[in-house]
Formats: sequence, structure tokens, C-alpha cells
Amino acid sequence: MTESSSNKLLNGDACQRSSKDKKSGKNGFVKNHCLFQQPQKYRRPREKNHNVVRNPSLYNKPFVESYEETPLLVAVLTYMGYGILTIFGYLRDFMRHWNIEKCSVARERDEQKDFVPLYQDFENFYTRNLYTRIRDNWNRPLCGVPGSKMDIVEQVSHDYNRTFQNTGKIMRDVINMGSYNYLGFAENVGQCADAAIQVTEKYGSGVCGTRCEMGNLDIHQEMEELVARFLGVESALTFGMGFATNSMNIPALAGKGCLILSDELNHASLVLGARLSGSTIRVFKHNNMVSLEKLLRDAIVHGQPRTHRPWKKLLIVVEGIYSMEGSIVRLPEVIALKKRYKAFLYLDEAHSIGALGPNGKGVVDYFGLDPKDVDIMMGTFTKSFGAAGGYIGGKRELIQYLRSHSHSAVYATSMPPPVAQQIITSMTTIMGEDGTSLGADRLRQLSENTTYFRRKLREMGFIIYGNDDSPVVPMMLYMPAKIGAFGREMLKRNIGTVVVGFPATPIIESRARFCVSAAHTRETLDVVRGVRGVSGPLVLRCVLGVQDLSCFKGR
Amino acid sequence: KLCICCICLGLYNNKNRKEKRKTKMASGQQWVLVEMVQAFYEAPAYHLILEGILILWIIRLLFSKTYKLQETNKLTEKEKEELIEEWQPDPLVPLVSKDHPSLSYDIVTGPPSHKIIINGKECINFASFNFLGLLDNDRVKQKALTSLKTYGVGTCGPRGFYGTFDVHLELESRLAKFMKTEEAIIYSYGFATIASAIPAYSKRGDIVFVDEAACFSIQKGLQASRSVIKYFKHNDMEDLDRLLKEQQLEDHKNPRKAKVTRRFIVVEGLYMNTADICPLPELVKMKYKYKVRIFLEESLSFGVLGEHGRGVTEHFGVNIDDIDLISANMENAIASIGGFCCGRSFVIDHQRLSGQGYCFSASLPPMLAAAAIEALDIMEEDPDIFTVLREKCTSVYHALQGTSGLKLVGVPLSPSLHLQLERSSGSRDTDQRTLRRIVDYVSLREVALTIARYLEKEERYLPPPTIRVLVTVEQTDEEIQKAVSCIKEAALAVIS
Repeated sequence: MTESSSNKLLNGDACQRSSKDKKSGKNGFVKNHCLFQQPQKYRRPREKNHNVVRNPSLYNKPFVESYEETPLLVAVLTYMGYGILTIFGYLRDFMRHWNIEKCSVARERDEQKDFVPLYQDFENFYTRNLYTRIRDNWNRPLCGVPGSKMDIVEQVSHDYNRTFQNTGKIMRDVINMGSYNYLGFAENVGQCADAAIQVTEKYGSGVCGTRCEMGNLDIHQEMEELVARFLGVESALTFGMGFATNSMNIPALAGKGCLILSDELNHASLVLGARLSGSTIRVFKHNNMVSLEKLLRDAIVHGQPRTHRPWKKLLIVVEGIYSMEGSIVRLPEVIALKKRYKAFLYLDEAHSIGALGPNGKGVVDYFGLDPKDVDIMMGTFTKSFGAAGGYIGGKRELIQYLRSHSHSAVYATSMPPPVAQQIITSMTTIMGEDGTSLGADRLRQLSENTTYFRRKLREMGFIIYGNDDSPVVPMMLYMPAKIGAFGREMLKRNIGTVVVGFPATPIIESRARFCVSAAHTRETLDVVRGVRGVSGPLVLRCVLGVQDLSCFKGR
Repeated sequence: KLCICCICLGLYNNKNRKEKRKTKMASGQQWVLVEMVQAFYEAPAYHLILEGILILWIIRLLFSKTYKLQETNKLTEKEKEELIEEWQPDPLVPLVSKDHPSLSYDIVTGPPSHKIIINGKECINFASFNFLGLLDNDRVKQKALTSLKTYGVGTCGPRGFYGTFDVHLELESRLAKFMKTEEAIIYSYGFATIASAIPAYSKRGDIVFVDEAACFSIQKGLQASRSVIKYFKHNDMEDLDRLLKEQQLEDHKNPRKAKVTRRFIVVEGLYMNTADICPLPELVKMKYKYKVRIFLEESLSFGVLGEHGRGVTEHFGVNIDDIDLISANMENAIASIGGFCCGRSFVIDHQRLSGQGYCFSASLPPMLAAAAIEALDIMEEDPDIFTVLREKCTSVYHALQGTSGLKLVGVPLSPSLHLQLERSSGSRDTDQRTLRRIVDYVSLREVALTIARYLEKEERYLPPPTIRVLVTVEQTDEEIQKAVSCIKEAALAVIS
């Protein structure tokens, strides 16, 4: 398709234009104090095509990110789809109310019927009438390693997806496009597994204590030193759960009188952490540096609302790769802004650590930046390392402070030893310190796979979102009915994908998501053919529909 | 304001004239237009000029910016720049004093089981929450290993996206069976369990009655829920009754609001911070009297209290269905990682979409779930283990009575006891240092203890500094005796 090339062309165009702007600035025609000011023009709020690099000088490589706007026809049809589902939902609720349809939902105990209802009725409308219909697409139980192929326990539901029963059969070797196994370290054989086995034999699986109280094992110390070295920071601290790393450490870093500037698509854990911190939160448009800069300027100039006292600190919170959009943060620009406005930067590399950069060191490595420019480097071990938990890296003072003030260091049980060992082994492999090139091979394989897979999908005419180098590949489905249909039909073809809809995405942007892994081979990745070959009336239309429309767009 | 007056005048003037004209030509309606034009000609020149000026004035007012006051207030770019230059943020984190106890964690070499090697010295462990000694149990280890060889370590995804394993489902159904409830849900982190469960149900505007000694994860859950929080005095049912009565009066005043305001009581089974048992039967009575739901945190009591280790409900013989939600972690008695909530499906199932720590976090590594299943097996096969634990707890409790200078806090059945200074010096730091000296003294004699650690600025009701004494079934009578005599000796040496 010409679509991607046309995108690139557009991108190049924009770059030129912005450099012209700069020149005129030098000549004194434009007095511009902002770093990334753009000519003021009316932008449609839903327009998502911000694949325009405004400061190409900051990047060492082309930064290509594409978000096609939802075609109007598709948008209308999608809303209609939700409309129909809602009408049927009301109809069925009505029938349930009058006992025409049997209500199979769990109910309150009779003794507690006169209590204030635990849920408001509308709260569960979506779950009851929309989600339950396609619930079989999530929570599919695995019974083996979540590697490049996985074994799924086959389940059926006899009560319209309220409960599921095992059929006793197992779907073997389903191609796994859903797990965040970027570097393929989810394995039950090989050096990681061997090391973890040894450690389990020695330590057992639990810890029974917090880091402060007898839960600080030698293996934790070793791991933290390694993590710090891997990240290129002075010191690091690890935690037993990735989610909690965010939600329990941000409150230690910011508090009342601080301002947190958060990307609109930040993960729930970051949002929760920011909320628990008691700081003021302001949200900027996804990866939009103009929006961020405006907020920063306003914050410093106007100070706190009502009192107009200056803010104590500004904390910018961004993610490396956004897991639902597949986009990569514009880190060079964020760092330029952060330096200009003396803000602090909290970078969540949950998806990018290991998955990006020539050395697998995340988004900082990808852009060739200095890790010292990021104040708080956060990430998780769940994804690329095939383990669990999270870390925070940064200056020694920061880590020392967190050791004594982080909620999870003081109150939460420390990381189980086998998990710690998995991290140590996978990380040394990535760094090449095990004396092999296995890590480097995996990194290369992942980036090749990403490019290949994204190119293939584009060529076939699907609308995919995100950065060209991001291993998270969201493919747009748009309509609610397609979510279920796509997930099921793919599973029938022995491909496991993740499908997501509202509320994880905007209401009209339901999508399927593929996570490329280094464990995938070319042949595995040719599942793309599988996608094309999807037959069956509904899905065929789904795929063709998207394809046709994208062709239309491309021209 | 002057301008506005002018406009009013003008309009008034206009109206007046029109009315006059109207009265004039009330007879012939069809001549209205003609008459108007005539009136226009007839009007004196000064009047026309005045009107013209007024109209121009109005047009000017319409098109000029109204709020000039603010405009002058607007900062110029230069001023903004100056402000930005001027602004200096606080440092990201304040400096931590060099002697802060957290900076030098004790390093444990090898597993923190019955014998623990702290900073290179082997001690008897009175410092890990390994109540049933399952941490280095061979069966548990073997099960974990088998699981590791099948599934690998990590799950690489949240429960929804291929992060559910058959072991997770098995563990959930086993927990539900063990606790005799309809359903259980597992979390991958103990701390996140109750902290996610509370905000899944209690929202803005709802009311939560909490014991003021509630542990930190409950406090965080409450904070995340943004509900109205009412603290009652620790284990004081009269105080709770008073609060509930107050609420009842309030509800009578505003019945419409009361109809949608959910009410919860959140208590711990065995308190982490005080080692007390909650008076559950009375709480259940209150529940039905005031129609409040009960959430029970059983991290310490699960696998400890009750004949079969089912916790405080079994201990008191309370029907478990009377408790709306029970939450516990699997990091203490079970000696694995993670936590769970159990109760009726009506309640628990909701968390599968609304429990943040469940939906948005990677799932529990399968090997840890397998270890937990094996631990449950052991607990089910051999309920005597709980009797043994109870005996040890009581004997430690009685033996530690009458330590000079130290007060024992807690109930005899609790495996997690606190030793508190009888007379505080008034300064928390000094107290802490005194206790630290006792712990160091004891550790020289090969007994490992810890000081209970809190975030002093964050705790709602900060407990006084204490030494934690943790009892496990592995400790022999001699070891307990040794530990107790060491502690008594240390207290004498340090405090006097």
C-alpha cells in the first residue's frame, strides 16, 4: 500500500516546514519564547494525526507514528452498533425485571435485601449487556508457558457466558500474540529457568517479611546492583509488583502543593499513584508536547489555583511505550521541556524496557539519551524479563529516600527469590554478561519481527496505530460486534490475540492488539496470512471492511 | 458601568418614543411604516443626532472587549519568562539523614526460615511471618519446582490477557472451598488486595467506619476510594455504636441521600499494629442493626485463628456469610506471595472488572500459586498444626509477661506480638534507639527480632515504637525459652 509511504512523505514535509519556521525566528520575525510553539490554528479535537515531528533536531532517527482518523462512516456505524446493543440491553433488562427472561446473575442475600444496594443499577449495565456477551475473549486460561505458542484450556459456557466449564480438551500450540513476552524470556527451559530452579531449591518461594524487616535477602541486593548497572543509574530499588511500584511510590515523591502533569493515556497505576499522592493533577494530550509545554508554562506563571503560591515541584509522568496505542513517548522533547522548566520527569518503562533500543535498555537507549536526564526511571520485570515486579532507578539520594519512605518498601513483602533470580539471569543475558550473544540475538530478532509484522499488516491494508518501532501493534476494529467476532475467529485459527474495547479505549476505537516477541519466528508471524484468510461471513466483512476503508483513505 | 447606564437610557428613550408613536397611530395599522418614516422626518435634528450617537456607542460597546481590567493584568511574554527563570522547585526528595535505619537493611543470606543468617550470623528466627513454617517446607518447594518447570516464572500479562493459568483457577476454587465461601479472587500482591478491594465497592460519597488501628493497606484503600471515612476507637464497640447512631440521625434528615449511600465497616481480624482480635460477633450484630456491610482484613488471622485456620470467623463461630468480604494475604501463614478476597459471588465477582490491582496488574507467577495450593493442602490435611501454633503463641505470651521495662501488647492467641517500652522517653527516636539496642543485644545471642516499622508521617494513628515478636510452629520450647530469657536479659541491660 501507498499509505505508509504517503505518511512518511507527509512527515518529511512537516519537518521542512518546521525548520523554516525556526529560521524566521532567528531573523527576528517571530518572537517565540516557547520551545515547541506551533502556529495557532484550529484543530479538530478528535484529530489524532500528530505524527509531525516539530523539533527534528532533537531526534537521531526518523520518528514515524501514525494514527489514522476514524473514517466518518465507520464512526457512524460504530455508534449505531452501540446504540443497537444498548437498546437490546434495555429490552433484556426489562424482560429480566418482569421475569420473562431468566436472570442468571448472582444476587444479594435475602437477609441483606434491605441494605443500601452494593451496586447502582446502571453501573453494571455495560457489564451485563455488552461485556458478558463477548466475555469468552478474555481470561482464557493457559496451561503452559506463555511463550511464542501456548496451550489454552478449552472452555464452554452453557449459561450465556456467566460461567465457563472446561471441556477437558486443550487447544495446543496456539500462536501467542497476546502476552507481553517481548524478549521471549517466558520459558520453562534454558538458563533462566535453570537458575530459578536452583534458587527455589535453596530459598523456597516466599519471603515472609518486608524489606525493612528481615525480608532483604542477599539476592535482592545483587539484583538491585545489577538493575542499576543495566539502567545506567546510580542506584535502584525493586518491588514485588509493577502496579504497586507506581501507585505506592508516586505518593512518596509528590504531595500537597506539587503538580503532576500526566499524559492522558497513562496507565491506571500511575493515575492511582498520582491520586493517592494528594497533589494537583493536570492532564496533557497524549504525547502532545505543545499541550505539555502550555501546562508547564501556565503552572509556573500562575502558581497554585486560588492561593497563587508557586508550586513546590512539577512532576511530568509519561510512559515509554503506551500499551494501547503502541506509541513511543517523545522523550527528547520531554527532556528538553523538563530542563527548560525545571520539572522532574517520571518515566514508566513498563513496556519499553528490554523491548526498545539497541541494547534493550528502553526508550532512553532508543533515542540515545543520557539516563541521568530522567529523574525517576521506573519499569517492570513482568514483560521483557518474564518475571514479576517493578523497579525504580535514579540518583542515590532518590533511592535512599524511597528506601525509607516508599509505602511498598516499608509495608509490602519483598520479591520472591525465584522471581529475583529470573530477573538477574535474563538481565545478564540481555547485557551479554553471560558471555553469549543470546541476548543480542533476541534484541535483534525482536526489532526485525516488529518491522516485519508492522509492514505486513500495513501492506495488507489494516489500520494500525503507533510507532513503527513499537512491538505493541494495535489494529483497529472499531465496531463492538467485531471485538468478539475477531477474537473468536482468530482463536479458531489457532491464534491468540488480545481484543480491547471501551472502557480501555475510546468508545469508537475498539481494537485488536498484537504483541510481537523475539520468540516468534517468521513463520509464526505469518499469522498475518491467517488474518487475511479469516472467513466466515461476519469476520470476513470485518476485515474486508477495514481493508476497503483504509484503501479508500490511502488514496 | 457608566456605559451601561447610557445604553439603558438610550433604550428607554427609544421605547418611549415608539410608545408615543404607537398611541398616535393606533387608528390605522397599515400606515405604520409610513408613519414611522414621517415621524423620522418630523423629529428634531438634535434628537436624531443624539440617537445616532447612542447607536454608535452601542455598536462600539458590542465590538470592544468588555473586560479591560483583566487585560491589563495579563502578563507579557517577558514577564512570564522572568517568572519562569525565577521559579525554583523544591528538590525532588529531601536528603535522608545518614543514620536513618532504612539505609542499612539487614542482609539475610539464604532463606529466612527457622534458622536465619542475618549479616552473616545465624540466629533463631523470631522475625519472619512464617507462622506455619511452610517457607522451606519440602512439599511446598517441590510443588513450586514442578510448576516452575511447566510454566516458567512470569506470566507476561494481566489476568484478562492470557495471564490466567489453570493453577490460578484451581487456587481460587481451593481458597473458596477452604474458607467455605462461594468464590475467591486472587491478587498478585498482598498489599494490593484490600487496597484494591475497598475502592471497588466504596465510592465517593459512601461512608466507611474504620477502626483507627487499621493497617496501612486499608488506609490506602480508603484513600483511593474517596469515601467519607469515620474512625472509631480501637476495638471500642460503644464508639462505633455512637458513630452509627449519629449516622442514623443524619440519614433520617436526608432519607433520599441515605438511600444511595453505601455504608461499610472495615476491621482487621487480628490487628497488625496492636495484635488484638476484633470483637466480630458484636460487629455482626451492629451490621444487621444499622444495615452496614462488613469488610474483614485477615492477613494475620488467616491460617492462624480457628480450629482449621479459617481465621477469626471460625474463631468466634460466626457464619462466614455474614461477612460481606474477607481479604487476606498469602504472604504470612501460607508463605507464598499474593493475596485473596473471598465471599459471595455477588460481591466478589465485581472485583474482576473493578479491582484495579486485579485488572491492571500482571497475574501471580504460577509457581507461587502452586506453592499456595500445596500449603492449603498441608493445612487441610493436618489441622493440628493450628493447635501447635496456638500453644506456642500462648506460651510465648505468658513467658514474656513481666519483662522489666517492656510491656507486651496483644492477645495470647496472636503469633505476632509487640513489645513496647513501659515508659517512653518522650522522643520517638530515642525510644526506637533503645529498642534497637535490645534487638542488637538479642541478636548477639543468636535470636533474631525486628522493630516494627511504620511510615511515621503517613500513618493515621501511629503506633508507639515496638519490637515485633513472631511465633512460628518451628520454634522449639527450648528456643522459645532461650529467646525469652535473652529478651529479659537485654531489657534489664539496656533499659536500666
